[in-house]
Amino acid sequence: MAEPSPVASLPIVCSGGEVRIGQTRILSSINLTIEPGTSTFVIGPNGSGKSTLLRLLHGLLAPSQGAVTWGGRVGPPVRQAMVFQRAVLLRRSAAANIRYALRLVGIVGAEARKRIDDALAEVGLKALAQRSARVLSGGEQQRLALARAWALRPEVLFLDEPTASLDPKATRAVEDIVRGIHARGTTIVMSTHNLPQAKRLAGSVVFLDEGRLVEHSPAHEFFASPRTPEAAAFLEGERL
Amino acid sequence: MNSFSESLVVAASLVSHFDPNLLEIVELSLRVSLTATLASSILGLPLGAAIAVGRFPGGQVLTVLLNSLMGLPPVVVGLVVYLLLSHAGPLGALGILFTPAAMVVAQTILITPIIAALSRQIVADAWGEYREQLVSLGARTFRAALTLIWDTRFSLVTVLLAGFGRAIAEVGAVMIVGGNIDGVTRVMTTTIALETSKGDLPLALALGLVLITIVVVLNAATQGIREWARRRYG
Ligand SMILES: Nc1ncnc2c1ncn2[C@@H]1O[C@H](COP(=O)(O)OP(=O)(O)OP(=O)(O)O)[C@@H](O)[C@H]1O
Ligand SMILES: [Mg+2]
Repeated sequence: MAEPSPVASLPIVCSGGEVRIGQTRILSSINLTIEPGTSTFVIGPNGSGKSTLLRLLHGLLAPSQGAVTWGGRVGPPVRQAMVFQRAVLLRRSAAANIRYALRLVGIVGAEARKRIDDALAEVGLKALAQRSARVLSGGEQQRLALARAWALRPEVLFLDEPTASLDPKATRAVEDIVRGIHARGTTIVMSTHNLPQAKRLAGSVVFLDEGRLVEHSPAHEFFASPRTPEAAAFLEGERL
Repeated sequence: MNSFSESLVVAASLVSHFDPNLLEIVELSLRVSLTATLASSILGLPLGAAIAVGRFPGGQVLTVLLNSLMGLPPVVVGLVVYLLLSHAGPLGALGILFTPAAMVVAQTILITPIIAALSRQIVADAWGEYREQLVSLGARTFRAALTLIWDTRFSLVTVLLAGFGRAIAEVGAVMIVGGNIDGVTRVMTTTIALETSKGDLPLALALGLVLITIVVVLNAATQGIREWARRRYG
């Protein structure tokens, strides 16, 4: 996941992707391409399928119809990482959580130590490196999850509402980190409910409604003049 | 009532003077049940974790089976092990009937399902919580299972304590396969049963006190570990 690998993750192409759970269709015929170096923001109401779309693009869910390919291949590559809506941390120290993730991709020793230090410094958790991850505050856990993902140096980083439970200062901190990671060439796919945040960070916006991809436009266009009435109504509602 | 209080006094003095006969019985009990708990953990923990994490046909059936086996009556286990180990039985050649080894076997059979079923539940709950994250990080099933066992280690230790508690307090199985032979296979519970029926209450009471103390200590340890782990690791 770390070093440039011959197996590229990008572009991620979802063609006619559909996700059903039981009888319920959660995503219907999604056509979406994630190009290298972009930052794509997924927005839409609660339950519109944002988390599900991120899981599909990350390879955690198989489409029940259609296909997802990564760099032209069918199997999801390892050079991706995801920060989940609810951070899942192991019962060990903050540093050990990152060490664990690195060991899974074969990074150990001095290189691992350096990355752990860098990642914890990046998210401002250096002082808490030895604290047990599960007793950290919600915001600290979220930042640790971000540090763990970043330590893997993924080609693509998925973030599912990483700032949903954070205060404004912590939200800004996470935004700065994401901006920094993107500036270093990492492709970002992130969902959010925070429209100002999407305006600040997004290159393009994917708007979902009831499991359908309603609109995919450059961010400035989307916010200035949404092409669909659904998106316009959503933006209008959020402004209230 | 008078004879009860007298017996209690004698019992207390047996305990406080570390009566050699009493110590020998306590020591054998601990040895048998600890060995059985160790064997059951080696069998039951990986089994429970495998059923929790693995996706193989029959997993559901196995879970129901394990949960049912948790309630195995000790005398039935004793009977089955007796038949297996008796002269004419399939394992009669081992010649371990009426030895502590037979008692270890019986108790292992008794508590392995308990340890497997309880650890399956614990690991399955953790798997539900961790699955996507571990898959996202690239952990394969075997690695994921090890991670889950390590992450739930404090809960799993309390499972082992529960298994040990069941083993040490059990009388039916060890009575049948051990034979309650003085100085050879006499453990706390079988001695209590025998001495009580003979009307020799002091030794029975003394062993009862020791047994209760062990059970209380086990429960206190379980509680303490839970509390400590929750505060330390969240
Ligand atoms: N495992 C599941 N079983 C049944 N329904 C599910 C499952 N996962 C998701 N859903 C349903 O699919 C829809 C989309 O869920 P998803 O979590 O993707 O929405 P979301 O856009 O991320 O919502 P939120 O903004 O609340 O995070 C919801 O209606 C949800 O109830
Ligand atoms: Mg969501």
